[in-house]
Amino acid sequence: MGDRLVDSVEPYNPEMPTSVAHVTTYEPVIGLEVHVQLLTASKIFCSCCTRFGAAPNTNVCPVCLGMPGALPVLNRKAVEFATLAAMALNCRIHETSIFARKNYFYPDLPKGYQISQYDKPLAEHGYIEVQASKTDAGSEKLRTENRELRTRRIGITRVHLEEDAGKSLHEGFPDSDEKTAIDLNRAGVPLIEIVSEPDIATPDEAYEYLTRLKEIILYTGVSDCNMEEGSLRCDANVSVRPRGQKELGTKAEIKNVNSFRFIREALVYEIARQIEVIEGGGKIVQETRLYNSHEGKTYSMRSKEQAHDYRYFPEPDLPPLVVDEKWKAEIAKTLPELPEARRARFVREFGVTEYDAQVLTVSKSLADQFEAAAKAAKNPKRVANLVQGELMGRLKARGASIEQSPISMKGVAASADLVESGVISGKMLKDLYDLSFERDQDFPEVYEAEGRPQQSSDTSALEKIIDEILAANPKQLEQYRAGKTTMLGFFVGQVMKASKGHANPQLVNELLTKKLG
Amino acid sequence: MIPDSLTIDSVRSSIQERTTTALALAEAHYARIQKEDGEIGAYLTLCKERALEQADRIDRMAAEGKPLPPLAGVPVAIKDVMSTCGVRTTAGSKSLAHYIPPYDCTAVAHMEAAGAVVLGKTNCDEFAMGSSNENSAFKPVRNPRDLSRVPGGSSGGSAAAVAADMAVVALGSDTGGSIRQPASFCGVVGLMPTYGRVSRYGLIAFASSLDHIGPLTRTVKDAAIVLRTIAGRDPVDSTSADVPVPDYVAELKKPIRGLKLGIAKEYFSDGLDDEVRHSVESAIDKVKSLGCELAPVSLPHTPYSIPTYYLIATAEASSNLARYDGVRYSYRAPGVKSLSEMYRRSRDEGFGAEVKRRIMLGTYALSAGYYDAYYLKAQKVRTLLTRDFEEAFRKVDAIVTPTSPTAAFRLGEKSNDPLAMYLADIYTVTADLAGIPGISIPCGETKEKLPIGLQILGKHFDESTILRVANAYEKAA
Repeated sequence: MGDRLVDSVEPYNPEMPTSVAHVTTYEPVIGLEVHVQLLTASKIFCSCCTRFGAAPNTNVCPVCLGMPGALPVLNRKAVEFATLAAMALNCRIHETSIFARKNYFYPDLPKGYQISQYDKPLAEHGYIEVQASKTDAGSEKLRTENRELRTRRIGITRVHLEEDAGKSLHEGFPDSDEKTAIDLNRAGVPLIEIVSEPDIATPDEAYEYLTRLKEIILYTGVSDCNMEEGSLRCDANVSVRPRGQKELGTKAEIKNVNSFRFIREALVYEIARQIEVIEGGGKIVQETRLYNSHEGKTYSMRSKEQAHDYRYFPEPDLPPLVVDEKWKAEIAKTLPELPEARRARFVREFGVTEYDAQVLTVSKSLADQFEAAAKAAKNPKRVANLVQGELMGRLKARGASIEQSPISMKGVAASADLVESGVISGKMLKDLYDLSFERDQDFPEVYEAEGRPQQSSDTSALEKIIDEILAANPKQLEQYRAGKTTMLGFFVGQVMKASKGHANPQLVNELLTKKLG
Repeated sequence: MIPDSLTIDSVRSSIQERTTTALALAEAHYARIQKEDGEIGAYLTLCKERALEQADRIDRMAAEGKPLPPLAGVPVAIKDVMSTCGVRTTAGSKSLAHYIPPYDCTAVAHMEAAGAVVLGKTNCDEFAMGSSNENSAFKPVRNPRDLSRVPGGSSGGSAAAVAADMAVVALGSDTGGSIRQPASFCGVVGLMPTYGRVSRYGLIAFASSLDHIGPLTRTVKDAAIVLRTIAGRDPVDSTSADVPVPDYVAELKKPIRGLKLGIAKEYFSDGLDDEVRHSVESAIDKVKSLGCELAPVSLPHTPYSIPTYYLIATAEASSNLARYDGVRYSYRAPGVKSLSEMYRRSRDEGFGAEVKRRIMLGTYALSAGYYDAYYLKAQKVRTLLTRDFEEAFRKVDAIVTPTSPTAAFRLGEKSNDPLAMYLADIYTVTADLAGIPGISIPCGETKEKLPIGLQILGKHFDESTILRVANAYEKAA
């Protein structure tokens, strides 16, 4: 926040891509700052609504408008959400933290300062575990060559609470060429800033870190992490240094990146640019750069004053924030099982593969649905098997995510129970799944629409079909009798076909063996 | 009814007994203002409609024979740094010359809920920065006792209004002495409560950790009544304290015999005017004769109070005044071509010289590389000053000092010498820094008939004791 007084932007355009040789002689150092909007009903220092998309300047009051004499009162829920997130990120929660004023002028910052935290943040010393490839640079080639995965721990320096600013609208009004409109609905919405250590070694690892971070935050339920609506924003600090050098290179800060993919692209570009500059005998300037996703390039954003002096000092309108042991314990009680732990448990309890466990835990709601369905089913493992064996392939063929599946977890569980109790056969299930995908209907609906088909276990009816099949295929019968016992499969298939798949295959097998015997 | 020398109780009982009406009283005050205030300049804005509506409400209650609330029909003046819904609130600044707040300051709301009739908004130094009221962007206030002299500041308009019978009581604000010093210059009672005792919600911030709202009145009892009305925890001010509010009026009746009063030599040093010294010493003798014990106390860090105050107050002010940027409600310079020009010119034209001086001082004190040497060090000295008082209050119940080193000075006398002006607060800033309560009561006059003030400082949240001592002295004097 803050470095937004752009006077001029100048493009930089090195020749891309930089050779692999350079990438291996230099080592990037990346740190990420992520702002996450908390899903509280009201703002951090007043009771205004936080709903996104309201008419401009309707969710405002004297406090968030910065009217003279208005004072902030801290929202307890925001503290609880921030603490919960910090706990999920393995941070140490400080019993006492201090709010501070970050002073800078910008039209959408009503008070002329942002209430944030500075030298005494809410939480410090956390980490996220990520799977990272062994390569250091984002080169696609290197990545594919080096597939071996390892776990890396990315440190989290701090998590602190602060208020959001409003929005400046430079476009979209008849007089936008000479005026800027300001919407202060977002001013005072609670944010947490999550600052990583400069532990991230590659653009891929940055991507992985952000993916894990988002996953964890979503699991805690404190934010929807919706990047389009700005509830998750990310800035990246990046520098390069010759491999083996201890000292850090001069960093650039990349702002204005609105997707994880763009962060990766921006980092790939920026790392290459910095190497290019150094190789060309130049020096990296410490600066803020903006990423233009259309061009895939970062641009220098020269701020009027080269370095901002935010003149931080303790916010005199707010007492120190105290999260004592009792409160902390209450908050900790609301901490859900986090994705990593849940994946391990799914593998253990349901026997799914690591990969499928990952898919099933992609969101907390999906994992909850899966788990509820599996546990309610007669055989939980069968639910897991069906998801793996029948659902994933069909989704993959369609290019759909598991969240877009026509068959819900409840549907999978219902189908699993039907197979488990012998009401339908595996073949029937496959057919019904195909119909579900065709019609975009959940399994129970399709099953109902198909008239609740059942595999046939009526011995006399089956015997009649078997007799007919044997009579109709004398050649095959002869071959079988001549010792070609594999023909049994042929007859089973024929009987199943004749029964339109409704015959109980096990029973058909038994009856056939007896007849042929 | 002639507004001369009324008190809260006399007003309330006259209305209750129907010897007068709130409406008549309000009208009489407006007539007085009309006649006198051209010369004095105590008021910036009158809110007659609001006042008469409230007066009418009180009169109807009286007519129905209902018991009246404690401040029923009492004409009050509100310093123009307190937000009044629908009534222009300027903080004495051009930057807010046309600002009409959408909400009421908590203290004002409490006053009105207790039946007070708000006559209008009083003149003050711009953003309460000043000790003479000459820093008002609109007009200076003149001392009703001598029109060639200042009324003190920054609550000069409130003090003058009460002194000139243009209000029965007034609310002021005190950041470095801004209630007590004008009270002493104008010959009225001025009380600064403990920090956190009265909500600051709606008080336009000068220095948030030092700002206090308090009453200016003709009698100590009235100060007690007003404090009882406005004190207490306010959920919208996180710095307001959750400490029970005693019945300050009932507390006045307790005897003062046996109380120990501290005398600090640091408050009787070289800069103290002889006439002031003489009056204050006589007043102390008087209190002693009423049965109080005197004991010397030491407040050794007092000499650092002025620099400490001017670092912390200006640092906070530099941040608090950032919102007057020309974007929303504050003055915007006409014809600006860019954002930075809008900021520069709006703030340059909207603020007066003293405000800009303090913003610059404060910005400097908070700057990277200077923070530790100035702001942080000042906060440490503030801790030492507070400890001085804690130490002293282990031995004594209250400390008596002069309120100001001199009586009211002439307009223009110090306006070109900021340092001399800052020293006018030398006996008052320490209480603001320590967060302790202080009261100034009249204790005599100079040969030129200028009022002199006696200051009584108390322990945190012990307004009762200083009010009691002040009340006893007032009755005896």
